[in-house]
Amino acid sequence: MSRKKNSDVEETEGENVQGKFVLRLFITGASPNSSRAITNLKNICEANIPGSYSLEIIDVYQSNDIAESEGLIALPMLVKKYPLPERRMIGDMSNTRKVLTGLGLVPQ
Amino acid sequence: MTAAFNLNEKNYFNKMATKKEKTPPKLTLEKTPTGIVGLDELTGGGIPQGRPTLVCGEPGCGKTLLSLEFIVRGATEFNEPGVFIAFEEKSEELAINAASLGFDLGKLQNDGLLKIDHIYIERSEIEETGEYDLEGLFIRLDHAINVIGAKRVVLDTIENLFSGLSNQAILRSELRRLFQWLKDKNVTAIITGEKGDGLLTRQGLEEYVSDCVILLEHRVVNKISTRFLRIVKYRGSVHGTNEYPFLIDSEGISVLPVTSLLLAHEVSTDRISSGIPVLDDMLGGKGFYRGSSILVSGTAGTGKTSIAAYFADSTCKRKERCVYFAFEESPQQIIRNMKSIGVDLDTHIKKGLLQFHASRPTLFGLEMHLVSIYKTIKKFKPQTVILDPITNLITVGSVSEVKSMLIRLIDFLQAEQITVMFTALTLNTIVSEQTDEGVSSLVDAWLLVRDIETNGERNRGMYIMKSRGMKHSNQVREFVIRDSGLDLVDVFLGPEGVLTGSAREAEQLKLQAGHVLRDFAVGRKDKEIQRKRTVLEAKITSLKEEFESVADELNKSYQEEDLRNSVMEKNRAALTNIRNNKEAATGKNRKAN
Repeated sequence: MSRKKNSDVEETEGENVQGKFVLRLFITGASPNSSRAITNLKNICEANIPGSYSLEIIDVYQSNDIAESEGLIALPMLVKKYPLPERRMIGDMSNTRKVLTGLGLVPQ
Repeated sequence: MTAAFNLNEKNYFNKMATKKEKTPPKLTLEKTPTGIVGLDELTGGGIPQGRPTLVCGEPGCGKTLLSLEFIVRGATEFNEPGVFIAFEEKSEELAINAASLGFDLGKLQNDGLLKIDHIYIERSEIEETGEYDLEGLFIRLDHAINVIGAKRVVLDTIENLFSGLSNQAILRSELRRLFQWLKDKNVTAIITGEKGDGLLTRQGLEEYVSDCVILLEHRVVNKISTRFLRIVKYRGSVHGTNEYPFLIDSEGISVLPVTSLLLAHEVSTDRISSGIPVLDDMLGGKGFYRGSSILVSGTAGTGKTSIAAYFADSTCKRKERCVYFAFEESPQQIIRNMKSIGVDLDTHIKKGLLQFHASRPTLFGLEMHLVSIYKTIKKFKPQTVILDPITNLITVGSVSEVKSMLIRLIDFLQAEQITVMFTALTLNTIVSEQTDEGVSSLVDAWLLVRDIETNGERNRGMYIMKSRGMKHSNQVREFVIRDSGLDLVDVFLGPEGVLTGSAREAEQLKLQAGHVLRDFAVGRKDKEIQRKRTVLEAKITSLKEEFESVADELNKSYQEEDLRNSVMEKNRAALTNIRNNKEAATGKNRKAN
């Protein structure tokens, strides 16, 4: 399983302390949706939770079997692992409000 | 309806035939056999290879089962591994469901012939934040196909995606992409879809899958449900266009194709006995043709079942197999009843030559009966089949339905060279000579057993209404059931017409009495003549005697006369002499004088 890690994330990854967001983004190579999702998500995170998140970006093309194990269908998909509850969001993250709701930053 | 249906079938087959003759092997559509009984005949070899096929229908009509069987048969019979993407059921649930049909999914999965992937989307767990695609599904599918080298794919039921995801535009474009992708992958796919309002599927999937669409239906008519399968379209191939009933049983799905309406089956000139020697005599002395269809019709209690049992008995005695489908009586009942006329069916059953299949007609629909008959025959391979009686089938279908079912059955049986005997009940109220199923035109031989009621007595008369291709008697025979068995007796043709039963017996007795009386009278007359002769002869003798006595008398008188004459002559001579002497003396005297 090879994972492309975002350079921004690396600095925060080591110190994965409580209160930090653990995010995992599944993408499919360099498809337009994937690129947009990465950009949009980064912008949202930087604007709302700068420095207190770890983002792992996984290219499903690189690891075929992860699709089944993670139950992936629609991509790109963002999984909020922490804080609980776990939430899943699909799409290119262009709807900021929905992303924020999904991350639990805006009350539903 | 039936006629049109026949026509279609014929055209279809003509096409098939002409097509077969000139097949440039390159251009024909490659087909993947499904392995489902009947479906491959219907589609002329299977579903299009390397293309998606849509199977749609209402809930509970057998879509999942059909697609599952497609995968399992592919894996077990054609060595083509398959991927089953389940959107509805979990892999374990599927395995349990399939086990009831005798499919061991676990084993197939271990053998690398099957891969089941359960795909599940819960709308409430997922937030849609913009544009997305279903690449995840593609990747999963691709992975599954590659892992086992799958040739077959089932997506059951992909429409569930529509309930999990809300962006219809994306879903639609993604589905279009998916079906194209499946074609590019060159896997034969079945996609199932739920029937929608006015559409074949709820989401209009038929729009995307245009190569082959199979519609399954589940209809309840007269409280009896029957499943039907219809091929709505099949691009690039001829196919059966009608609705075909299908059956789901412990061995999976069997579709009964009506493919035998070719009317081109082999015929046999072989003759088989009906089991009743006199009946054989009536049929040109040899009995029925092998592979022909025989109808025995008659009113209630005319001995139709007995004739059928005799036929079964004679079949088994020839060491041939016979299947007896009873729709009215239980096998035990028939065996017991037939023992009373000297037919022992039990031994044939023990020898494995005879099989009984008893079921109430209302047990399931007409088509199901046909399918189960078909299956039984395929399995047991009998030479003779008996259906007793077909009349009861009318309770589960209309006349035309029964007729169309029987057409198909007869055709199937004739193609297999199986002789079939139907019994049918005719009701007195119905216009006579017509069986209510209207099968009389279909059968090759038709025996009619009729009640002849005279003088407060009911007798059975049997005649052969028709018997194709053989000389047959046109005479009514009296059909007698005795302890020793069935017999056909010549009816008595007297001056008062045709007599049967005790009238016949009485007439015969009368005749016998007449003979005796005449004999007696003749005897008396003879004696009288004898006596007369004696008298006459006696008279003749006496007359002769009389004559002789008269003759004697006459003779006597003659003799007397002669005698007298001679005596008188003598006397006269003597007298003369005397006179002469005297004269001489006197003469002398005179001379002297």
